[in-house]
Amino acid sequence: MYSKMVTLRFPPEVVNEPIIANLVKKFDLTFNILKATIYPRKEGLAVMELRGHKKNFQRGVRYLKSLGMKVESLGQDIKRDEEKCFHCGACTAVCPTGALYIKRPQMEVLFDSDKCSACEMCVVACPARAMEVRLDRSLLD
Amino acid sequence: MARKKGTKTIKEINRRIKEGKVVVVTADEMAEIVKRKGPTKAAMEVDVVTTGTFAPMCSSGAFINFGHSKPAIKASKVWLNDVPAYAGLAAVDIYIGATEPAEDDPLNRVHPGQFKYGGGHVIQDLVAGKKVALRATAYGTDCYPNRKLNRKITLSDLPYAVLLNPRNAYQNYNCAINLSNKTIYTYMGVLKPRAGNANYSTSGQLSPLLNDPFYLTLGMGTRIFLGGAKGYIIGPGTQHNPNVKRGKTGVPLSPAGNLMVMGDMKEMDPKWIVGVSMVGYGCSLAVGIGVPIPVLNEEMARFTGVSDEELFTQIIDYGNDYPKGTAHSLGLVSYAELKSGTMKFNGKDVPTVPMSSYLRALEIARIVKKWIESGEFLLTEPQVMIPTVKR
Ligand code: SF4
Ligand code: SF4
Repeated sequence: MYSKMVTLRFPPEVVNEPIIANLVKKFDLTFNILKATIYPRKEGLAVMELRGHKKNFQRGVRYLKSLGMKVESLGQDIKRDEEKCFHCGACTAVCPTGALYIKRPQMEVLFDSDKCSACEMCVVACPARAMEVRLDRSLLD
Repeated sequence: MARKKGTKTIKEINRRIKEGKVVVVTADEMAEIVKRKGPTKAAMEVDVVTTGTFAPMCSSGAFINFGHSKPAIKASKVWLNDVPAYAGLAAVDIYIGATEPAEDDPLNRVHPGQFKYGGGHVIQDLVAGKKVALRATAYGTDCYPNRKLNRKITLSDLPYAVLLNPRNAYQNYNCAINLSNKTIYTYMGVLKPRAGNANYSTSGQLSPLLNDPFYLTLGMGTRIFLGGAKGYIIGPGTQHNPNVKRGKTGVPLSPAGNLMVMGDMKEMDPKWIVGVSMVGYGCSLAVGIGVPIPVLNEEMARFTGVSDEELFTQIIDYGNDYPKGTAHSLGLVSYAELKSGTMKFNGKDVPTVPMSSYLRALEIARIVKKWIESGEFLLTEPQVMIPTVKR
């Protein structure tokens, strides 16, 4: 199962299309709308979580883009739950940016969020599930 | 008869503990002491060396008696938070294994699976005092007519809950690399293709059985640190094998001995008993174990004085060889090199990644040291030794 938070910007001509219904019917995706607005000039904005098989997700996004919509993934923040992290080091195998690294000789695993690219590789690689995705909520307010 | 200097018994050490005179050091401190003063002097000065390890240990689980219900039930199938437990025991006895995934887990159908919740997590939740949903079914008998039971349980209201891990505290373990062309997901963590990283999983010089390589001081009845509480070694682990190649210090160069351990879950702390999810592999339990090793003589001082530079393990390819069952050593690497962050392999620098927490292992060794110094932890004499080889 694949799931991603996306923002969709609709041009005025597609505001009345049954886009969401099509995503469900044609691509077998499920959704959870966090915000949806139509601005005075008739363009729309929706922030939603889309879930489904990765292939279907990609086809769905292609479909949206073919209608002239802008699809962006929502800014996400990676946080570490310091209570859960037991400093094994397993995450350092997958972190491509060095945001997760080991301080030697103490062997303490540190997380430098400034270096984090939010690639989410560590989220499932961490055995303790200490790495969490949090949404950048500024778009929702 | 005059005794050799530095020779002592467990009884004498316990007397010194009670008198507040015991000298306890952690295994990393002992490595320094032996390096500086030699094993003869170290044996005279030090009574006990404390060790520690904290890592996923798959062969772990708990025996639970959940108490009789009204009407009574002879449970034949039992789930805890939807994780199946083994119920082929008496009416309300079960064993919950650490690697059992929740029944509706998608497993590896979408590879690599996430294995979010399993037996290890149930055990941690119980130890943390959380409510756990127990579900049982039964076929019904004259003495146990009930066929269904749904109940919330917590550790404090269980009549009996004991952690009994059939195989923990492996003496040395492989250093895993992946020589295939795709990323693989193993119990040794994520391994990138073409030797992209090398993972290892022992606490090296702090590791319990690396400090007593011939199991001379421990066996059934040895009191240890287990999951934050006091527990016991109850025998050799299920893959205990002393017959392996050993280095010149006598320490195995590949996986060798292991321990079966047991302890009361009600005294444990969820910091030291942690349910884990190994991506693409399954659920497990990270267990904190610390074994105090009495420095009975000069030989034990030498054994407990080993440092990471003198401890080696074999490099194994988990990409092709291991899954085919044709694993063989591709070379030896020292724990000092593994801990440095990179190792040389086929002329290339390969990043090294621990799966075992050295920081937590050291914390355990320090806790056991404090327990012994404060007099609240006495050493026990092992009643039956575990199988070993000639040294
Ligand atoms: S893998 Fe998870 S628990 Fe281990 S050091 Fe990284 S964040 Fe901490
Ligand atoms: S999200 Fe990616 S870059 Fe950030 S810490 Fe995790 S693995 Fe490293």
